[in-house]
Amino acid sequence: MAAAMPLALLVLLLLGRKGWCLAEPPRDSLREELVITPLPSGDVAATFQFRTRWDSELQREGVSHYRLFPKALGQLISKYSLRELHLSFTQGFWRTRYWGPPFLQAPSGAELWVWFQDTVTDVDKSWKELSNVLSGIFCASLNFIDSTNTVTPTASFKPLGLANDTDHYFLRYAVLPREVVCTENLTPWKKLLPCSSKAGLSVLLKADRLFHTSYHSQAVHIRPVCRNARCTSISWELRQTLSVVFDAFITGQGKKDWSLFRMFSRTLTEPCPLASESRVYVDITNYNQDNETLEVNPPPTTTYQDVILGTRKIYAIYDLLDTAMINNSRNLNIQLKWKRPPENGYIHYQPAQDRLQPHLLEMLIQLPANSVTKVSIQFERALLKWTEYTPDPNHGFYVSPSVLSALVPSVVAAKPVDWEESPLFNSLFPVSDGSNYFVRLYTEPLLVNLPTPDFSMPYNVICLTCTVVAVCYGSFYNLLTRTFHIEEPRTGGLAKRLANLIRRARGVPPL
Amino acid sequence: ISSNALSVSTETVICFLSFDQAEQFFRSGHTNNWAVLVCTSRFWFNYRHVANTLSVYRSVKRLGIPDSHIVLMLADDMACNPRNPKPATVFSHKNMELNVYGDDVEVDYRSYEVTVENFLRVLTGRIPPSTPRSKRLLSDDRSNILIYMTGHGGNGFLKFQDSEEITNIELADAFEQMWQKRRYNELLFIIDTCQGASMYERFYSPNIMALASSQVGEDSLSHQPDPAIGVHLMDRYTFYVLEFLEEINPASQTNMNDLFQVCPKSLCVSTPGHRTDLFQRDPKNVLITDFFGSVRKVEITTETINLQQGSEIMESSYKEDQMDEELMEPLKYAEQLPVAQIIHQKPKLKDWHPPGGFILGLWALIIMVFFKTYGIKHMKFIF
Repeated sequence: MAAAMPLALLVLLLLGRKGWCLAEPPRDSLREELVITPLPSGDVAATFQFRTRWDSELQREGVSHYRLFPKALGQLISKYSLRELHLSFTQGFWRTRYWGPPFLQAPSGAELWVWFQDTVTDVDKSWKELSNVLSGIFCASLNFIDSTNTVTPTASFKPLGLANDTDHYFLRYAVLPREVVCTENLTPWKKLLPCSSKAGLSVLLKADRLFHTSYHSQAVHIRPVCRNARCTSISWELRQTLSVVFDAFITGQGKKDWSLFRMFSRTLTEPCPLASESRVYVDITNYNQDNETLEVNPPPTTTYQDVILGTRKIYAIYDLLDTAMINNSRNLNIQLKWKRPPENGYIHYQPAQDRLQPHLLEMLIQLPANSVTKVSIQFERALLKWTEYTPDPNHGFYVSPSVLSALVPSVVAAKPVDWEESPLFNSLFPVSDGSNYFVRLYTEPLLVNLPTPDFSMPYNVICLTCTVVAVCYGSFYNLLTRTFHIEEPRTGGLAKRLANLIRRARGVPPL
Repeated sequence: ISSNALSVSTETVICFLSFDQAEQFFRSGHTNNWAVLVCTSRFWFNYRHVANTLSVYRSVKRLGIPDSHIVLMLADDMACNPRNPKPATVFSHKNMELNVYGDDVEVDYRSYEVTVENFLRVLTGRIPPSTPRSKRLLSDDRSNILIYMTGHGGNGFLKFQDSEEITNIELADAFEQMWQKRRYNELLFIIDTCQGASMYERFYSPNIMALASSQVGEDSLSHQPDPAIGVHLMDRYTFYVLEFLEEINPASQTNMNDLFQVCPKSLCVSTPGHRTDLFQRDPKNVLITDFFGSVRKVEITTETINLQQGSEIMESSYKEDQMDEELMEPLKYAEQLPVAQIIHQKPKLKDWHPPGGFILGLWALIIMVFFKTYGIKHMKFIF
């Protein structure tokens, strides 16, 4: 009897759950996605987004049943009457010039901006308490946020979620640029995810790979969104985003082949059972031309095309919830490979050795048409030994001109040259085929102004020193070694004086 | 929902104790364990102090103390320091054998928050009310607390982040405050700095046992550098303490006398010291796990309790939540950059405050002096 009762209990609950599935739709849902974007500079950017949507009114008291939406954040929203919360931790800087525009950029350090509900009476007090609570949750020094680094923007940072009126009095914004992001901030961020780091895309989130990057940004965004198309009721959306940029040289060892294993040292094994959507998008826009093809392995079954950030992009989709995706190999490792080797075929560099040999730099480059290529080299100026200066050092020192040897495609194909028949000006450079011609060009020599010492200074110093020594030492010497006699004042005419002068010069006693 | 109900029932089973078993439970001294681990040094070349603290953190977590009962204070970030060739790692053995930073670390006070004031506030419990729970030492009179400090120190002081010091007298007074407020049952204080024994000379509160890595007049030395990272990885005393602790498991019976023998002068070059005169029990009866571990006494019985089926309650509360107000008109998202609206908005006038007392007083003084000098007859020209 006792054994049968628990069994009955179990059965009832299971049936009950199935019944509820038919009666009402799930109240919260999780979508996770990873976007892999090969960047123009050879690096690779990976952006994770985990979005939990909860169809509930959190303003009401007594909400105690949390399923996918983390309880820590749900309690924050109800206790401090938040309308929106955006918190990000970033290390590094997004280099738009080399990487292109970002999906979502964040400033270096920690950034927190919050919209409070208009029922809040003392916004500053709530703001201070909220930053203290967040510092405990995320193990960061957010408690340093106070009135000295908080502002109330009046025009920007409009709410990203639903808003009927925007009185900027309820907005607060603060940035802590000195804040460091490390594993202790990633760990509580991962714990907010429904599947933690056990299943789905979050198994890739390992600290030792994620922090070995040029750019690391993790953020939490909470905002109210429309529940349905008619937008008559509110759902709360929690988005957790993490963007990293893997450096081609540090992580990729200079090669442009990327795979999930090389980036994260892990592969995807199974989707998160709590997720309603779990996808990986790979940007394959730029790499379908004939010159260089990017090969994506395993080949995608579906693609997605849209205008993103102003340009048309194509993404390959890998759906983890699709059973065919992971079935055969039990893990998914997406690989991106270049089919053609990169253009820079040959570089030879021989650094200089002081007073032995000069720098030598030789490069073989293939230049694309209608383009400008700049080659620059940095150098430092050093001081030479004083004997190595030329007599006119202020003129500068010459660096030999650079040489450009080029094979230029001809507009019109020429026929091969017969040495003896053709004029002399046409037979300087031997050509193998007529489709291009060889030319050797030189740049101007470079005149470099080296730091020149003042060569007259030693002479000046010697004169000055000798004068001082002579005056001081000489005076002392005279005082110490000469005896002084009192001389009678002599009267005498001019002739007698002149005669005494001459006698003194001769060494004879005077008159 | 079903898993919640089942887990509630098993918890009730375990917590059911009989009366004399409960008495025996409380006779053995402490009921919970806390740890306060402090690294006081900043800058990359003090990597070893952070590695010291993290290795003690790792041992303490491994032996059972949860993160909620550990207050970890690190004065600088070594793991994600730009000079660290292996980001997100802190190694304690050369050739990168052991990463003491790990994947699941919670640093409660970091960077500029590690100050003497914050440390003393944590110890004495006098913290501002808005401090989150993870940053508080919520110990009671049945807590055994382990306090580990490392950094640069001298005779009678310990340096915090190169800008301030804590003296041994302040520390002793803080422990006395803790005793007066009954914030600990027994306290183990370990310090790994130069002249560390000077820091425990002044203790005068009962139930404190102290260990130090060197005597007054001696320096504590570092263990070994790693050529790949470029700095010394650990201090000698903590290195051998870590090796000793790696062999302890939650069930081991090793006592404090063994801990006193760790790192003799031949290995450590300095002479480790200890102080047990304030401690009431004999050190050979004190287990290492009394301070480093968190062994919870659990009594399991076979009696069961039947719970009422709570399914109707949950169902009704769900239906209630479903009745969210459906709003009349649809909501919309805010426009991110409404140029016309921004251009035409007027800046809010700053609130006008009446002139302060000081300005009023100053003007009154000036007017009084003027009239006293020149007489009251000038008033008619002003008013």
